[in-house]
Amino acid sequence: MTTTHRTTDRLAALLRPGRSRALAGFALAAVVLFAVAPLLLSPFRLSLLAKFLCLAMVAVGIGLAWGRGGLLTLGQGVYFGLGAYLMAMHLKLADAGPGGVPDFMSLYGTGEVPWWWEPLRSPVATILLIALVPALLAGLLGWAVFTRRVRGAYFAILSQALAAAFAILLIGQQQTTGGTNGLNGFRAFFGYDLTDPVNQRMLYLVAAGALLAMVLVARQLMVSRFGELLVAVRDGEDRVRFLGYDPALVKTVAYVVAAVMAAVGGALFVPVVGIISPADVGVVPSIGFLVGVAIGGRATLLGPVLGSIAVSWAQTSISEQFPSGWIYFQGALFIGVVAFLPGGLASLVRRRRRRSAARSAPPAPVTQTEGSTP
Amino acid sequence: MTHVPTAETAAGAEPTGTAAEALLGTDSTRFRHDYLEVRGLRVAFGGFVAVRDVDLTVTQGDLRFLIGPNGAGKTTLIDAVTGLASATGSARFGGKELLGRGTHRIARDGVGRTFQTASVFEELTVLQNLDIAAGARRGPLTMLRRRGAVPEAVEQALELVGLTALRDTAAGVLAHGQKQWLEIGMLLVQDAHLLLLDEPVAGMTHAEREATGELLRRIGSQRVVVVVEHDMDFLRSFADSVTVMHQGQVLAEGTVAEVQNDPAVVEVYLGSPVSTEPPTTQAAGPLTTQEDA
Repeated sequence: MTTTHRTTDRLAALLRPGRSRALAGFALAAVVLFAVAPLLLSPFRLSLLAKFLCLAMVAVGIGLAWGRGGLLTLGQGVYFGLGAYLMAMHLKLADAGPGGVPDFMSLYGTGEVPWWWEPLRSPVATILLIALVPALLAGLLGWAVFTRRVRGAYFAILSQALAAAFAILLIGQQQTTGGTNGLNGFRAFFGYDLTDPVNQRMLYLVAAGALLAMVLVARQLMVSRFGELLVAVRDGEDRVRFLGYDPALVKTVAYVVAAVMAAVGGALFVPVVGIISPADVGVVPSIGFLVGVAIGGRATLLGPVLGSIAVSWAQTSISEQFPSGWIYFQGALFIGVVAFLPGGLASLVRRRRRRSAARSAPPAPVTQTEGSTP
Repeated sequence: MTHVPTAETAAGAEPTGTAAEALLGTDSTRFRHDYLEVRGLRVAFGGFVAVRDVDLTVTQGDLRFLIGPNGAGKTTLIDAVTGLASATGSARFGGKELLGRGTHRIARDGVGRTFQTASVFEELTVLQNLDIAAGARRGPLTMLRRRGAVPEAVEQALELVGLTALRDTAAGVLAHGQKQWLEIGMLLVQDAHLLLLDEPVAGMTHAEREATGELLRRIGSQRVVVVVEHDMDFLRSFADSVTVMHQGQVLAEGTVAEVQNDPAVVEVYLGSPVSTEPPTTQAAGPLTTQEDA
C-alpha cells in the first residue's frame, strides 16, 4: 500500500478507492436524493432541485468529454436543446390530442402540423428519438471534425458556433418551433397532469434516477480500458495513433456519450421547468454548463455533478438577492477557478487526502509490489 | 521521491531469458522473413526536399544504425515510413506498402516507433501505458470493461524492461531512461516487428546505455530494428551495420569499420576532404549550399 500513497498519479488515485467505496457513496447519494430531499424540501424547492439535476446530467457528459477526453465542448446547448425540443414537441402534440394542432401553430402559423413533427405523436418514438437524434448528429459531426484533426481551441470555437447557429435557427422558425417564446404551457407528461404535486414529485424522482444512472455509466467508462485510452488520447493523441488506434474514434465515442447525456437532461428539463426557449440552448447557457464542471473538477467523477448543482443553487439564491448580479459573479468564479484552481474544487479534496495519507504513512522506501494489481 | 535509475536498475533491465523469449517469440510466423525495403523515397516540404532517392533494406537480425549530421533527414525518413510525413517512392514491410496509409493502420501492420523525447502517457501508470499499447486489436466489449488480469505480454514486457517494481507508478515521474525503456516495452507489447527508435539512449547514463544496447541487440535478433543515434561509442558497441545519411541522401552503408573508413563520411563529419578523389559529386562538402531540386 505504501506505493499507492506515494504515487502522484491522479487517475490511479481515483481508480483505487475501489468498488466498495463507490458502492457506499452511491448508496448515500441514493438515500439523499430519494429520501432526504423529498422529505425536507418544499414542493417548490424540490422541483427547483429537479431542474438542477437535469442541468447536472449535462455536466456528467462534459466531465467525460472535457475532463477525460480533453474536448472543450462549448456547445452542449445544442444537444440539451435537441432533447428538450423533441420532448416539448411531443408534449405539445399530446396536449393537442390525436390529430390536433398545438396552440401556437394556429396563432403564428398555417395551423397545420409540419411533417417532421408527426413522428413525435408517439411516446415511444419520442423517447427513441431523444437518444438517437443527438447521438447521430454528434457521431457525424464528431467523426467529421476529429478525423480532420480539428482540436483544442478550434474545436471549442466550432462547437460554440454550432450552439449560436442552433439558437438562431430556432428563433427564425417561429411557426414551427415557437421562435423566441419557445415551447411552453404543457399540461401533461405522458398522461400525468403536470399541475399535480404528486406528479411533480414523481418527475423529480425520475430525474434523480436518471442522474444516478448517468453517473454509473460515466464511472464505468472512466474505470474501463476505454477510459484509460481516453486519457491517453487527451494527453498524447499522436502517440496513441502510433500504437495502432484511431484517436478520432475514441473522441467521437466520448462526444456522443456526452451528447446523449445532455439530451436526456434537456428532455427531463422540459416537464420540470415547463418551458424551453432558444435562451436555454444558445451560447450563454452552453458556457454556463461548463462553469459548474470547471469549478467542481472536470477530470473527476463527482466534481462535475456537485459543481453543477452548487452553481445552479448559487445562481438561484444570488439572483433572488441581486437580480442582475449573477452573470458577473459567474464570470468571476470561472476566471478565478481557471486561474488559481485548474483542477477544480476536487483537487483541494485530493490534495488534503494526499497530505493526510503522507502523514499517516511512514516514509518507507518504495516497496516491491509485485503481483498486486490495482 | 522516486526510484532514480542506477547501475543496479539498469542491470534489472538485463533481459531475463524466459520473459524475453516468450515476448519476442510471439507470433513470429507472421513476420518470419520480413524486412524493411525502402526504394526511391522522397519527402518534400514545399520546395525543400528533406529526403531524396533513399534506398534502404534492413533485415531481421541486423541491428541497423542510422546516423548523419543534424538535418540529414533521419527523423524525416522515419516519419515517412510511419505515415507522419507524406512521401513518394516505396516503403514496404511484410510485403505491404506503407506509404500513403494512415498512421494507425501502419502501426497495426507491425510498425512501431519511439520519439526523440520520450512520449509516454504521463498521467497513466506504467502498467496502464503498456496495457494500452497491447490493446489496439481489442473489441468494443473488452474496451468497455475494466482490466481484469494483466495480459501476459504486459507482464513479460515489465520484466524485460525492468519496470516490474514500478508498474503502479505514474509514467510522468519515471526517470528519463526508464521512460525510454517503457517506450521500448510498449513497442514490444504492441507486437511491432519493425522498430524505429529515434535516439533511444540520449540522456542516459553509461550503465543505462549498456543495458539498453543489450536489450536492443536481443530484440534485433528477432525483429527488424532501426536506431537513429548520435552517440558514436554506443554505435561502435552495438551496431551490426550502419547507414550514413547526409543532406537527405544515403551517403554510405556498411559495417561500422567500413563506414568509419569511408572518405565521404569522414569528410562530412570532419568537414575536410581526406581523400584525393571526391567520392561522388552528390557528396557535397559542408560549404556547398543545399541544392533545391
